[in-house]
Amino acid sequence: MKTRFLAPLMIFGAMVGLFYFALMQIGQGDYNPRDIPSPLINQAAPAFDLPAVTSDGSVSSAVFAQHQVSLFNVWASWCVACRQEHPFLMDLARRGEVPIYGLNYKDERADAIQWLNRHGDPYVTSGFDLRGDVGIDWGVYGVPETFVIDGNGMVRYKHVGPLGPESWEKKMKPVIDRLKAESS
Amino acid sequence: MKQWLTALALLVWLPLAGAAIDARPFEDPEQENRYRQLTEELRCTVCQNQNLADSNAELAVDLRRKVYEMVQEGQSDDQITNYMVARYGDFVLYRPPMEPATYLLWFGPALLLLIGSISLVVFIRRRMAVSVADSDELSSDERQRLEHLVGADSKKGGQR
Repeated sequence: MKTRFLAPLMIFGAMVGLFYFALMQIGQGDYNPRDIPSPLINQAAPAFDLPAVTSDGSVSSAVFAQHQVSLFNVWASWCVACRQEHPFLMDLARRGEVPIYGLNYKDERADAIQWLNRHGDPYVTSGFDLRGDVGIDWGVYGVPETFVIDGNGMVRYKHVGPLGPESWEKKMKPVIDRLKAESS
Repeated sequence: MKQWLTALALLVWLPLAGAAIDARPFEDPEQENRYRQLTEELRCTVCQNQNLADSNAELAVDLRRKVYEMVQEGQSDDQITNYMVARYGDFVLYRPPMEPATYLLWFGPALLLLIGSISLVVFIRRRMAVSVADSDELSSDERQRLEHLVGADSKKGGQR
C-alpha cells in the first residue's frame, strides 16, 4: 500500500520504454507507422498495358512471366526520395541479380527522359502512367514503391519508400532468394 | 468600412471554398449525396488522418475522380468501397469491418470507459467509507490532541 504513490511513475516509465522501443524500430527501418499492409501480396499482379517511357513500344504486365523473379519500381522525376534511391537501383541493375521494371508515375514524359539521361536508367523498361490509373490499381500511395513479382505474375512483397543496401539485405533479398530457390 | 466588409465576406466564404475543391457536375442529387458520403468515409492513404473529401493530396484528387466516375457509371456503394479495399486494403475505410484484428479498435473505447467508470465508483466508495468512519468518533489520539489544544488555549485565556 505504501508503494502506491509510485504507480504514476511506473506507468510513466512503461510508456517511456514503449516509445523508446517504437523509435528504435523506426530508426532501424523495421517499423514504419505510415506503412499500409498491401492487399496485393500473394495476389496476381494487376494487369496493365502502358506506353514505354523511352521508346515507342509498350510495357505490359506480361513481362513478369519472363523471369523467375522481377522487381517493379514506382518512380517519378518529381519524387525526391526516388533520387535518393536511384544510385542503389543503378547498383542493383549493374549486378544483374534481378531485372527491374519501372512504373513512371504521374510524370511528364520529357522530365522522365531527362531524369533517366542524367542519372542513368536502371530499368529494363518503364511504363508511362500519366494519369496514375495503373498506380491506383497497384495501390500506390507513396513513391517510391517497389514490388517483388514472381514468375507466375504474383505479387510477393512490397516495399514503400526508398530502397537501400540495408532494406535490401534485410527484407527484399531474402524474399527474392526464396523465390529463386522455389522456382529452380 | 468597405475593406472590413470585404474581409468579413472572405472569412465567411473561406471554409466554403475549401469544401468545394473540385467542381463535379451531378445531374442526380442522390448521386451527389453518395459521392459526398463515400469521399467522407474513405481515407486518404497519403495524409492518413484525412478523408478523401478533405485532402488536397494528389492521390486524393485522383481517387475522388475515380469515385466520381464510378458513381456516374451507376456502381453501388459496395462496389466502390470494394474497389478501394482491393487496392489499398481495409486501411482506406474509416469504418473498418469487424473482425478479430479490429476488435480492439471497435471495443477499446468502450472497454476504457468501463475501466474508468469502475475505478471511479471504487474510488468514491472508498472515500465515502473513510469519511463516514472518521466523522462520528474521534480516535483516542485525536481526542488527546484536541484536549491538549483546547487546554493550551484556555490557559492562555486565563493568563490574560
